[in-house]
Amino acid sequence: MNIINPALAGVLTGLVYGLMALGLSVIFGVVRVVNFAHGEMMTIAMYAAVVLFAALGLDPFVAVLPVAIAFFAFGYVIQRTLINPFVTRPEHSQFMLLVAVAIIMVNVLLMVFGPGARSVQLDALLEPIELGPLLLDRGKFLAAGVACATAALLFAFFRFARTGKAIRACADNYLGAKVIGLDVKKLYALTFGLGSACVAVAGGMMILLVDVTPTLGPAYTLLAFVIVIVGGLGSMPGALLGGVLIGVSEALAGLFIAPSAKSMASFALLILVLLLRPQGLLGKKS
Amino acid sequence: MNRATFLLAALLVALAALPAFANSYVLSVATLILFFAYTGQAWNVMMGFAGQLSLGHSLYVGVGAYAAAGLYFHFGIGPWAGLWLAALACAALGAAIGFLAFRFGISGVYFALLTIAFAEFTRIGFDHIAALGGPGGLFLKVEQREHLDLPNLRGPPAMFYYLMLALTAAAFALCAWLLKSRVGYYWQAIRENEEAAQALGINTFRYKMVAVLVSSVMTAVAGVFVAFYYSTLFPEQIFHISRSIEIILGPIIGGLGTLFGPILGAALLTILADGITELLAALGWEFPGIKQVFYGVVLLAVVMFLPNGVWPVLARRLGLAQRSASRGAA
Repeated sequence: MNIINPALAGVLTGLVYGLMALGLSVIFGVVRVVNFAHGEMMTIAMYAAVVLFAALGLDPFVAVLPVAIAFFAFGYVIQRTLINPFVTRPEHSQFMLLVAVAIIMVNVLLMVFGPGARSVQLDALLEPIELGPLLLDRGKFLAAGVACATAALLFAFFRFARTGKAIRACADNYLGAKVIGLDVKKLYALTFGLGSACVAVAGGMMILLVDVTPTLGPAYTLLAFVIVIVGGLGSMPGALLGGVLIGVSEALAGLFIAPSAKSMASFALLILVLLLRPQGLLGKKS
Repeated sequence: MNRATFLLAALLVALAALPAFANSYVLSVATLILFFAYTGQAWNVMMGFAGQLSLGHSLYVGVGAYAAAGLYFHFGIGPWAGLWLAALACAALGAAIGFLAFRFGISGVYFALLTIAFAEFTRIGFDHIAALGGPGGLFLKVEQREHLDLPNLRGPPAMFYYLMLALTAAAFALCAWLLKSRVGYYWQAIRENEEAAQALGINTFRYKMVAVLVSSVMTAVAGVFVAFYYSTLFPEQIFHISRSIEIILGPIIGGLGTLFGPILGAALLTILADGITELLAALGWEFPGIKQVFYGVVLLAVVMFLPNGVWPVLARRLGLAQRSASRGAA
């Protein structure tokens, strides 16, 4: 049995997962709020890509830009208005807030689009890419490419841009950041916006790989958690690594055990990592 | 007799008399309220008393339900015996999760995610157990619903109602006692400041384990009830994360760490959900999902404006708040 091709497909899907989880990780790393509505935001981005494709004929690779900008604005506003008062509240309180947001998101999607599955089919993506003996799905390959490029942009922003450095300062030392006069509230909102934009791009790419239904949200939320915990909560490279690991383990579990057992492999991996290295593979000890 | 005891006795009498007046619809809603009050109380022992956030309590409901239902289905062993297996299985699972988490210093968000992971893992596992029906579900035979057959938990809706009422009352009494016991004070110390509790010589590992065990066994009992009340079990439904969320909504909305919070929260949420359904039906607005949107909006409002839940506010109004302790016992 050829396991290289499925494993490679797992790596490519995993990079898109990784970008989704990166959004969660960035938000948690800075704002210290776990976004329990993350997967729901992902499905909204997927529907946005479906709508733009159906209504305007926009290819998801193009549609991803306006969707990401809209999500950035949405994330900025929701952090400023809804989430900011909760930053200092206990975890269960934040959890309840975002669960309520998630419930509203899932069901608004259900009201608007109905329970059926939607997808985007691009004829240009049907032809696979041949690399010697390897056979790559063109859609997955391009989606993974976009995911990597977006992640690289984000890394560069945090490494080199003034605002990016300021955000990292907030994450490292909240009080210190306030003392030197950083506008922490604004930087938090920016961070939530950036995290949301990551999810938007990941969703726009994911629609090339899977069909979307409104109830897919909670499963993606869980997936994002698993990835981020495996990679290390708050670690940006960790999110990508976690995504790839989960992508590969899903692909291999689907191949060797049963397709229905694929998320079991991810949860087993999660339990293992939590026990052996609770801070995650690339996480720092707190 | 103080005011709280009097109100409690009045409530109990009213609830005991309910089946004489209520129709079957009201009775089923009341049974559901009591179910969530009971499971909420069980969850509250872990989170409200000892401060350990579990988001995977559907695990104990599901395993408890499948344990008792499996024994009944395959061997004809009745629920009262099955209860022991259910309790044992859930205690073992709770002990495993608690041991792994607390030994390795996993807490807060990480602990919550570990509990989700175990519940999800088990859900998918049960999808692959053919002897228990797999994803197609397990169906218990219902010979009759007319006359009382307590040993096999078969009978009219009122039987299930009284059973749930007795469980809820017992859980309330147990929690009231626990909260005032030595263990209860240890839990509250751990909840408020674990390091300080440890410094005072409290074996925090042991008492966190006790909290998980009490909570998981209490929830297992609810699982047995679910199995025989509904007589159908699907892994996809019973282990689903939304079941865990339903369980914890009541205590959080009602008032975390309080004795009345889980009961009040369960009543408010169940009545709210049913009220919204009725209202929307009356208005003719019956789109799929619209009910949950309203539910989500109300939830959002409660979380934003009543961060400590409804009970502390209500208790003050009723003149029942003895102390102004922030999350203290009510």
